[in-house]
Amino acid sequence: MDKQFLQTKALEVRKSIVTAVHAAKSGHPGGSLSLADTLTYLYFYKMNVDPKNPKMENRDRFVLSKGHTAPALYSVLAEKGFFDKAELLKLRKTGAMLQGHPDMKGTPGVDMSTGSLGQGISTAVGMALGGKISNAEYTVYTALGDGEIQEGQVWEAAMAAAHYKLDNLVAVVDNNNLQIDGEVDKVMSVYPIVDKFESFGWNVTTCDAHDFDSIHAAFEKTNEKNGKPWVIVQKSVKGKGVSFMENLASWHGTAPNDEQYAQAMADLEAIGKELEAE
Amino acid sequence: MADVKMIATRESYGNALAELGKVNPNVVVLDADLAGATKTGVFKKAFPERFFDCGIAESNMVGIAAGLSTTGKIPFASSFAMFAAGRAFEQIRNSVGYPHLNVKICASHAGISVGEDGASHQCNEDIALMRTIPGMVVINPADDVEAKAAIFAAAEYVGPVYVRLGRLAVPVINDESTYKFELGKGVTMREGKDVTIIATGLMVARALDAAQQLAADGIDARVINIHTIKPIDKEIIVKAAKETGLIITAEEHNVIGGLYSAVTEVTSQEAPCKVVPVAVMDTFGKSGPAKELLEVFGLNAATIVEKVKANLK
Repeated sequence: MDKQFLQTKALEVRKSIVTAVHAAKSGHPGGSLSLADTLTYLYFYKMNVDPKNPKMENRDRFVLSKGHTAPALYSVLAEKGFFDKAELLKLRKTGAMLQGHPDMKGTPGVDMSTGSLGQGISTAVGMALGGKISNAEYTVYTALGDGEIQEGQVWEAAMAAAHYKLDNLVAVVDNNNLQIDGEVDKVMSVYPIVDKFESFGWNVTTCDAHDFDSIHAAFEKTNEKNGKPWVIVQKSVKGKGVSFMENLASWHGTAPNDEQYAQAMADLEAIGKELEAE
Repeated sequence: MADVKMIATRESYGNALAELGKVNPNVVVLDADLAGATKTGVFKKAFPERFFDCGIAESNMVGIAAGLSTTGKIPFASSFAMFAAGRAFEQIRNSVGYPHLNVKICASHAGISVGEDGASHQCNEDIALMRTIPGMVVINPADDVEAKAAIFAAAEYVGPVYVRLGRLAVPVINDESTYKFELGKGVTMREGKDVTIIATGLMVARALDAAQQLAADGIDARVINIHTIKPIDKEIIVKAAKETGLIITAEEHNVIGGLYSAVTEVTSQEAPCKVVPVAVMDTFGKSGPAKELLEVFGLNAATIVEKVKANLK
């Protein structure tokens, strides 16, 4: 794993997220920024994907169960070359390819249409089951929000994944502890997340969502196939990388205005300078 | 009529799946703890490695079916209509309909002919719900022959399909040796020039009975079977509207959103004429033996005859 390469890519992804949401004048920057490093790791290190052949049969799959953080997925896919980065500036606009939430029919690289919380993980279970039936080699990855796991369907899916011994399935719970109405533990506590998944028969590990060594270590563990699905509960910071967005629920679904956008890009440029200096 | 074979379309479904499994290795079947009732158990027995019980979790079952379809499988997901079209509506809408995935939702125990279980299990809204999802094909077969053919047609068609199946044994009215199922095509079961009865599902047999009774009174009723409610056969409806001037629709479904709505959506634009419904009149079902309930709710030949006579000028 080339840590500096991933850090540089993740920084570009963050700039794209902020730029796309600013251009759209709406969208979900907070949870996109908290997932940016993990998605960068998946698409630039972990997953077997080919931007020239997005429907490649033996590819690893990714389902963004927390579909509202589409700007993160779109930014990573554009960075990887699935489509032109110019599309990001048209996010959410009339006639644009990039819809407010992922649309697998219209966007190369999007493996499942998502947006209605709780549904993505079930489809990921289906993909993993399909892989098992066909003796395929691919792994299915899915990312959930911590607020999202309040949806009962998530636990139906968790039960099914363990029941069918889907060790080709890796879920990530993006635990930034913030949802629209506030802190997750105050809105409707989902804790303890690790214990819950363990009791549902999953392998569980944790990581720091903004440290590539930690992310790498967690995903390396998931290579072990023992008949149980894997979940990585990642401690993340909503709005990570943009000073005034960090740890604020209010940046869940709000776009930065021009002034805030300039500040956000300045913050990210500063991180870039630090990376160069390292 | 004593020699008419009676079979529930859910039985036809199970048998068709087992046949389909032999010729199409991509077919997989999901159920939500109702394999004995939906008759997917017939497939399970024949192909246990391609059958997946999802437990009592219909929403997740639909999602799993969606995911499976992206890997080249042809999933048939089953439960009762109430819990498939009803409970899992949004999963069907968002995880299957929106991405237009190749998933077949085959729901049994539709309508009031569920019988004794009562209103909580009698789904009179499924056609309406499924019909509003863009790109969804909605099929409501009339008998065993049609149901089996519909399942094969659903497997061949690439895209989401909803098939409505019943619990109650119903008369076999089609001849298996000559029957051909054409998706989206209505079937003229009987020619007639005075009035057209457009029926779907188990009401087709009852519409034929009604036509026979009307004939005795000198009324020449056409009977059309609409097995595919979406996409609906506009041509056959417009022709009937223009040639007979009066249409009676007959369905075991709420009067809102089902066949009556689908037919009037066509006639109101293309050939305005009087259309009178025989349906569940915007009410919940009740417990009781299915055959009795069909009488109590007026879903019978007598009501069709009455509506024809009351509205024929």
